Amino acid sequence: MARTVLQQADIARALTRISHEILESNRGADELVLLGIPTRGAVLAERIGAEIGRIEPSAASAADLVGSLDITMYRDDLAKHPTRTPAPTQVPRRGIDGATVVLVDDVLYSGRTIRAALDALNDLGRPRAVRLAVLVDRGHRELPIRADFVGKNLPTSRDERINVHLTEIDGAEEVTIEG
Amino acid sequence: MTSSTHLLKGATLPSGAVADILVQDGRIMSAALGTSAPAGTTVVDAEGLVALPGLVDLHTHLREPGFEQSETVLTGTRAAAAGGFTAVFAMANTQPVADTAGVVEQVQALGRAAGYATVRPIGAVTVGLAGERLSEIGAMAQSRAGVRVFSDDGKCVHDSLLMRRALEYVKTFDGVIAQHAQDPRLTENAQMNEGALSSELGLKGWPAVAEESIIARDVLLAEHVGARLHICHLSTAGSVDVVRWAKARGVQVTAEATPHHLLLTEELIRSYDARYKVNPPLRRDEDVQALREGVADGTIDIIATDHAPHPRESKECEWDAAAFGMVGLESALPVVQTALVDTGLLDWAGVARVLSTAPARIGRLDDHSHSFEDGAPANITLVDPAASSSFALDRLHGRSTNTPYEGVTLSGSVRWTFHHGYPTLRDGVLAPAGDTAEGMR
Amino acid sequence: MRHLLSTRDLTRDQAIHILDVAEDMADVQTREVKKLPTLRGKTVVNLFFEDSTRTRISFEAAAKRLSADVITFSAKGSSVSKGESLKDTAQTLAAMGADGVVIRHHASGAPQVLAQSDWIDAGVVNAGDGTHEHPTQALLDAFTMRRRLHPGSSRGKDLDGVRVVIVGDILHSRVARSNLWLLRTLGAEVTFVAPATLVPFGVGSWPAAVSFDLDETLRSIRPDVLMMLRIQSERMNAAYFPNAREYARQWGLDDERLTALGPDSIVMHPGPMNRGLEISAAAADSAQSTVLEQVANGVSIRMAVLYLLLSGEREALA
Ligand SMILES: [Zn+2]
Repeated sequence: MARTVLQQADIARALTRISHEILESNRGADELVLLGIPTRGAVLAERIGAEIGRIEPSAASAADLVGSLDITMYRDDLAKHPTRTPAPTQVPRRGIDGATVVLVDDVLYSGRTIRAALDALNDLGRPRAVRLAVLVDRGHRELPIRADFVGKNLPTSRDERINVHLTEIDGAEEVTIEG
Repeated sequence: MTSSTHLLKGATLPSGAVADILVQDGRIMSAALGTSAPAGTTVVDAEGLVALPGLVDLHTHLREPGFEQSETVLTGTRAAAAGGFTAVFAMANTQPVADTAGVVEQVQALGRAAGYATVRPIGAVTVGLAGERLSEIGAMAQSRAGVRVFSDDGKCVHDSLLMRRALEYVKTFDGVIAQHAQDPRLTENAQMNEGALSSELGLKGWPAVAEESIIARDVLLAEHVGARLHICHLSTAGSVDVVRWAKARGVQVTAEATPHHLLLTEELIRSYDARYKVNPPLRRDEDVQALREGVADGTIDIIATDHAPHPRESKECEWDAAAFGMVGLESALPVVQTALVDTGLLDWAGVARVLSTAPARIGRLDDHSHSFEDGAPANITLVDPAASSSFALDRLHGRSTNTPYEGVTLSGSVRWTFHHGYPTLRDGVLAPAGDTAEGMR
Repeated sequence: MRHLLSTRDLTRDQAIHILDVAEDMADVQTREVKKLPTLRGKTVVNLFFEDSTRTRISFEAAAKRLSADVITFSAKGSSVSKGESLKDTAQTLAAMGADGVVIRHHASGAPQVLAQSDWIDAGVVNAGDGTHEHPTQALLDAFTMRRRLHPGSSRGKDLDGVRVVIVGDILHSRVARSNLWLLRTLGAEVTFVAPATLVPFGVGSWPAAVSFDLDETLRSIRPDVLMMLRIQSERMNAAYFPNAREYARQWGLDDERLTALGPDSIVMHPGPMNRGLEISAAAADSAQSTVLEQVANGVSIRMAVLYLLLSGEREALA
């Protein structure tokens, strides 16, 4: 039985807060690139980009601020699953060299996805700094990775499942926990 | 030791009559209901079994001498006995080629020593099957092997003049030329029937006309010189038409089809499984139907196996590199029943004709041509027509296993084979080697 | 996907999936770092029983850019060029731990025989077998057409209604066969043009129109794509046509025909070209020509195929 832990308003509030925190830590929107990890991380990156545009009208247009970073080809568990379909990687025109890149994902768990994302990023260019923003941090890290911006810390057991539903993809807007 | 007297009780003769057949001293003593048996007779319950005159294969590759890794006279005749055959004609494409009296006598002696079936060697038409000069046809005809059938099978006697001379020359010895009809130029490196499928699979095509044009030429030559001609393994509808036309003109031509060309089509080659690679190639369904009709209406006189054993490595490879040929002795009768009897095209009298009496007549094998009259040589095959099973490799008794029928459900099962009164196959079990030769005496 | 043996058994969705993954691979090819770690620890064997430097290096580049270890096994001329040894060779490769085998063989069906056998468990990619199929060539051709026809928006697209004319030695061409099946699956219309001696027997049952007259075909079809096939000199010796001059005059893409073709049509050639025989130098080097794009796209397609065959857990045998 699934239990809702974040509702639509909670998600919106969390993303707004993350947007403010990103701007604050970057001291504005200059040299900032948001790269969402498909599928839901890419949607969240778009939303954070839009929010940043609202807060900071001088920020670059969404196309220059937000992109997506597919990590399929960098995963370390490919051989353990049926063949995965890769998603496109779209880097803003300016590239990532010298930028502060904020990776955006929906759930931070073992840290392996982010490890793959760092590898993928490494092949794309040389950012000045890389940060991590996630909607939910559920713990159980297997690698020395932590998020810089967190929507909600959710202590879970390993048997539980976290489901993130976003309107653009799922037609619903909530985070549930299933156990 | 099995007694030399058998009573086959309640067998159904090809005519449909039920009889008790008494077999004694290598002869059929009586084939009527209520035959009484002397003391010590082994009684075989033949109720429900069809009794056929011993099957005769006019086209067998026994491979010995020269290719003993594929088959020997002993292993090949064991396969023959298991398939219900009491006589086989051994093709000449051995190493050395059977083109001298010495080789044919050797093959015949090996057959006698094995004892599972009568082995009649076929002599080569040309020296070394090279298609250039006639081999010593007369010497082979007059040898102890008494050769009457001559063939370069595996190769076509394609030179028109040479073919004419061969047809004429064998008349001297009441012989017959068995032609492997394949125009060599039209079939260079050919791999399968030429058609939309060969084009799709990228396998070089083997056009029907390569067979039909040779048959057309040869029936005209046979007519012209007034000689006997036998056409091996017809595989196309056009070939049936040509032979039908020639017979209507009175040409002395006989024709043969193999079991596999009566059942299998080229569609199987989609798998590139080399077990389906054979010469002539498997053809279209239309051809299979035309061949069946040809057998039914008598255009095709006989069914012969073209039993062609090959070692495993010759088939476990890519198509182009694989050898042509299939083993067929053990599966022949089940395929004939499945393709022709069960479909209503042929009755058991017809089976007796195409698998025994007609090939015996063509090959001048007088002691195999009987209709269960008293005193006839006891070459008898008992078939259970009610049997039906998936063909398994354990039914093969030769040295090679290149059958295309593994896993195919076939009707009919050969239960007993009597060779000159001696049971080489006993309720499905082969007689032990050694006993058989003894039984011959 | 467990093996890629032919285009004939690809569904439309499978084909488009391969083309779309190839788009991702093509994106990677535009980066400074062209290598992906995806197939690290996997071994791909290039098993070439027939010479083909172009195809071999294309597969080699594809495998290396996915970080696979590549072993090249050129069997031509060595002791294993005999047919009996396909089994031994396969078992040797299996013992070496090959995960994928890219096989080029002079015998049609050899890749399928290998894939169906229990000699080796690896994924098999047909890199051209006899006169049967050359599926990655057809895929890269379709990919090239799709990118030219839908610049910047080719993902997910098929080739519905695209008019393709393929000219030359259809009889012996595995490229023509693979292209026909794939192009039809993707919705294109295919016309073969060749002298009657080089049209496959029974082609009437194939989903292609056949013409002997190139000029008439160019006029009536107005092709979007004109694909010229390589003519091999041994065909002349086997009397499929009288001589090169007559062939070029009747079926070659000369400058006049290039002009008649119009600027929006594209000209393809699987390479290597016989300039002056089936294609003029001007046509080969024209803006319509995709010859070099085809080479570049070949690497992307082969990366996509290797990725789809070798990255996931092995599919169980059906
Ligand atoms: Zn033959």
